[in-house]
Amino acid sequence: MVRGVRSVVPILLSCALLNGCKSSQQTGAPAADPGILTINGAGASFPNPIYSKWFAEYGRLHPNVRINYQPIGSGGGIRQVSLGIVDFGASDDPMTDAQLQQSSHPLLHIPTVLGAVVPVYNLPGISAEIRFSPEALAGIYLGTITFWDDQKIVADNPGVKFPHEEILPVYRSDGSGTTFIFTDYLTKVSPVWAKQVGNSTSVKWPVGIGQKGNEGVAGMVREAPYAFGYVELVYALQNHMTFGLVRNGAGQWIKASPAAVTAAAEAQADTIPADFRVSLANAGGTASYPICSFTWLLVPQQSADATKGRQLHDFLLWMLSEGEQEAAAMGYAPLPRPVAERLKNTVASIR
Amino acid sequence: MPHRPSRANVGRRQAANHLFSVLAILSTVLVIAPLFAILVYLLFQGVRSLNVAFFTHLPRPVGEPGGGMANSIVGSGIILALASLLGIPVGIGAGIYLYEFGGGKTLANAIRFTADVLNGVPSIVMGIAAYSLIVVPQKHFSAFAAGVALAIMMVPTVTRTTEEMLATVPNAVREAALGLGIPKWRTVMTVSLKTASPGIITGCMLAFARVAGETAPLLFTAFGNQFWPASLNEPIAALPLQIFVYAVSPYDEWHRLAWAGALVLIVLIMVSVTLVRVVTGRGMLNGGH
Amino acid sequence: MQRGSGGVADRTFAALMLGCALSIFAIVALILGILILRSRLSLHEFGFSFFLRSDWDPVRGSFGAVPFIWGTLASAFLALLIAVPLALGVAVFINEMCPRALRTPISFLTELLAAIPSVVYGLWAIFVLVPIMRRSVGPFLKKFFGWTGLFHGPNFGIGLLTASMILAIMVLPVISSIARDVIKAVPNTQREGVLALGATRWEMVRIGVLRNARIGIVGAVILGLGRALGETMAVTMVIGNHAAIPKSLFAPAYTLASVIANEFTEATGDLYLSALIEIGLALFLVTIVVNAIARLLVFMVTRGNTARAV
Repeated sequence: MVRGVRSVVPILLSCALLNGCKSSQQTGAPAADPGILTINGAGASFPNPIYSKWFAEYGRLHPNVRINYQPIGSGGGIRQVSLGIVDFGASDDPMTDAQLQQSSHPLLHIPTVLGAVVPVYNLPGISAEIRFSPEALAGIYLGTITFWDDQKIVADNPGVKFPHEEILPVYRSDGSGTTFIFTDYLTKVSPVWAKQVGNSTSVKWPVGIGQKGNEGVAGMVREAPYAFGYVELVYALQNHMTFGLVRNGAGQWIKASPAAVTAAAEAQADTIPADFRVSLANAGGTASYPICSFTWLLVPQQSADATKGRQLHDFLLWMLSEGEQEAAAMGYAPLPRPVAERLKNTVASIR
Repeated sequence: MPHRPSRANVGRRQAANHLFSVLAILSTVLVIAPLFAILVYLLFQGVRSLNVAFFTHLPRPVGEPGGGMANSIVGSGIILALASLLGIPVGIGAGIYLYEFGGGKTLANAIRFTADVLNGVPSIVMGIAAYSLIVVPQKHFSAFAAGVALAIMMVPTVTRTTEEMLATVPNAVREAALGLGIPKWRTVMTVSLKTASPGIITGCMLAFARVAGETAPLLFTAFGNQFWPASLNEPIAALPLQIFVYAVSPYDEWHRLAWAGALVLIVLIMVSVTLVRVVTGRGMLNGGH
Repeated sequence: MQRGSGGVADRTFAALMLGCALSIFAIVALILGILILRSRLSLHEFGFSFFLRSDWDPVRGSFGAVPFIWGTLASAFLALLIAVPLALGVAVFINEMCPRALRTPISFLTELLAAIPSVVYGLWAIFVLVPIMRRSVGPFLKKFFGWTGLFHGPNFGIGLLTASMILAIMVLPVISSIARDVIKAVPNTQREGVLALGATRWEMVRIGVLRNARIGIVGAVILGLGRALGETMAVTMVIGNHAAIPKSLFAPAYTLASVIANEFTEATGDLYLSALIEIGLALFLVTIVVNAIARLLVFMVTRGNTARAV
């Protein structure tokens, strides 16, 4: 009667423990090796595909370094690195002066690649690539353009027969660097937008429905006839989505591509400040695509752990020489050469 | 009042009866249909995506074949083991207090109510709380923080089931033991708990099944990791977290892995639910409350 | 219950168990404490007006919870409206009409519904439920019930109604399985008594079964409500996430849990983060209130039942 009585909990726990032990046996070996250094980073999800490729390749070249990157979002990256909870952060939205001051240690902005945001739409029966003027883009999200056959859209697309259907604007409900890049652009081109809404990773959208992630926005636009949305270029290319042309500051209709994004960065290269915090929205130049941005790594000037600082320094040098070459193949634009050259000095100061 | 059944009245009653039968059957069909739709969809997507590499390989960057979620499966195992280790003893202890010592006292009622409140705390709120209470002071994400967050979510279910199950133990059995001069603590541990053990195990399995699929509390505690788990004090990979990251990514290959992960997770949960049912003959929901 | 004569060991044991029980208090107090602590910036800035303001503008740092509270209550209420009759239908069918051979499979299947994680429901909703709502259910409702004024405006398949439908599917197993247990517990003599008076099966169920089981049924409904209020992932995926009070069932809305899930990782400003944590606090307090109401209700119904037992 007494036997096995207390076995209730132990049985369950030993199952659990056994499970745990088994796994730690498997994994115990690397843990026991003191030579392995793990560097934790967090932030923007937009460059995650290329970051995961870089960190994997770098890890293969340097088996004693593991760089663990988690795409929790730009805001999360800024917050975690400012609190010193991760070793480096990443963001599509440069930190403000106030944020830099609040950080527990000085942080450097290291631009890595450039990305673009493109307008996507679902117009049944229309295969032409639609042109969107800055006024049309702002009007759709301000709620002043509500039908597809609005003059502001029709006028730029001669020969396309638009239906008299309501537009369903779709936006990112989760705070996102993509939203920042898009609203930063709208703020620059539309005074009404600047006054009424502004730029941020999440804003108060006058109209539309919110969907989570690029996935959610693209899925909604693909599924719902007459929907309109904005997604990252990488995402649109990868999923073979048709996206619209946008008129740049020089009056040219530009289709987004890594080359058109690099053109924007080159046109702006002289005005990039020493700390690399710059907005490329509506950049000058005839070949520039206007809705694009750098994405940055946020690296402590001096890491609390000197070994980590040295490893970050080595990684960044590798990224500038080797990593950048892989960007274009994945739909990102590599850094323009002058920016990369200047960046080497900044990287050299990392301890 | 004398009442003479008229033909019309009988007709109306029979019509109501038929209508009721039709409605009851219809609602059953309406409930079962979405379940089938969901299961079939998931099986289809998941089975198409599963392969051996999924269980044996680490995640790989886009474009490299053979990536898997082996470290996430192990990571989830470690987090859930830790959560069970911390949450189950506390839950059972609290359940024992409530039934064997608390009775109808005010304190016991207050604890029951608090346990219900804790049970109702949305998992996303638990995520914020665990992050603020453990991660920020420790200055790093960890498997430990994730284990604690999930352990807290397991406690109320285990507590209430333990209390309920102890209530099914006939008092005569306890009195007999006490009458033999066995101290109360041994009576509880050796007599009450033993008799109630199948039900209590059920409760533990239910609590386990409920937290196994949780994502929100892990986001800011476990944090995720591309490598094998090495220590409880480091960020650790977890299955729901990896599914979430891959699901919102721009690559078909990663979506495929997300579906495979979802299938593995659901099979894990369903196996434990089914085990509970087969072993104890009790269901998932009537065990929990 | 008697006290054993165990002395020190017994007292230690009792203290240990009490410690476990009290730790539940401690946990809830800690959670509440940290939520208040971390939201004090927003509490200080907006005070109670946080719950009366309907503006949510991260750029200008102006925050109010009204659209989220509204969306949470509306979606949960609609979900119960859909789920409760269906759940009762299933419970009655399984207990009173179902052939014995089908009973176990059907109840097992409804339980499996409860085991599916929220995020999987969300994925299914996007790919299956939303198109159905857009193509069939939406136009149907607009055509036949448009006069109610509940279904005006464009129907994109995403919005309050769709979110309520997926919530209904998710709370159904909870309600139906508890209702089933409660109905099963009604003694057979009640049924036989009513049948002996010449009642039809429906009358037997209505008078003999449902009336006796109503306490438990209320409890089941409240449990379902608790679940619906805190549900996050699936709702976020289909409700449209627009922070305005919806003017139609087709319009997008937002819930307390969804706004945290969507914006917590990206909130950079301290006030913004603080406002989101205050939303978490509000959600936490709402669950306490719902629990309290549930207990009070059950208490009242129980008392009422003993007074006029059938």
